[in-house]
Amino acid sequence: MNIEALQIFWPFSLFVIMLFIIGIYCISITFNLIRALLGVEILIKAVTLLIIVAGFISGRTALAQAVVISLIVVEAVSITVAVGIVLGIHGHNNSLDARKILDTDK
Amino acid sequence: MNLNIAILIILLMAALWATMTRSLLRAAIALALMSLVLTVIMFRLNSSLAAVFELSVCAGLIPVLFVSTISLTHPLTKEEVLQHMKDRIRRFWYLPFIIVAAGIALSLITVKLNIKLPPPEAVKSARAVLWNERPLYLAGQIIILLIGAFSVVILFKESGKDEH
Repeated sequence: MNIEALQIFWPFSLFVIMLFIIGIYCISITFNLIRALLGVEILIKAVTLLIIVAGFISGRTALAQAVVISLIVVEAVSITVAVGIVLGIHGHNNSLDARKILDTDK
Repeated sequence: MNLNIAILIILLMAALWATMTRSLLRAAIALALMSLVLTVIMFRLNSSLAAVFELSVCAGLIPVLFVSTISLTHPLTKEEVLQHMKDRIRRFWYLPFIIVAAGIALSLITVKLNIKLPPPEAVKSARAVLWNERPLYLAGQIIILLIGAFSVVILFKESGKDEH
């Protein structure tokens, strides 16, 4: 077991936790749909960082890279579809504010 | 190690900027900066192939998607921005303090990591893992890409029908 590699795990995971806090705060506080997508992106970046660090400390960087490449593909596709949905919502309601969209639904 | 911490702090600052900035365009640029910094971290942690993907897709394609979405939607007028500004400041000013407090609290915790790592194995390339060991990952990626393409086609087809 690589002790030095293991020692870097905690500082990296500390920053991953803080990125998670920023992402969850962004999603839960904002009413703008595009900004909510930015929050999702930040959460995905935190997960990517965690996978890369886990691959580095376990010495299996090849497997971690394969997982990260799959994650990037999923991320790109999901963001593209979400952006399409946001544009559709904007076409219907002429607004990206979640409060206004909920009001028009009523 | 200190350089890693400095890079991680830049990553955190970019994330804070993306969350707290008033302009959505600047937020998209901050997101690209985040991907750029993450690419540097990946290079430093011996994951060069994933870093290239991150650089091309996450720092290139996704900010372009965001910028085009922002330009396709109506931006707020200056009066509306000023009106929303106070509300935004009231909602978002807690965030840096929460992050600093969480950082200090977490750095004070001494964690005894008892991780059982798997036995070391022969060094492989990511290409070998993707093509030879995990071909299902590739199949899954192709299926997800097709699903994404069809969903976008359906979404824009529906919105086109509504306009007529």
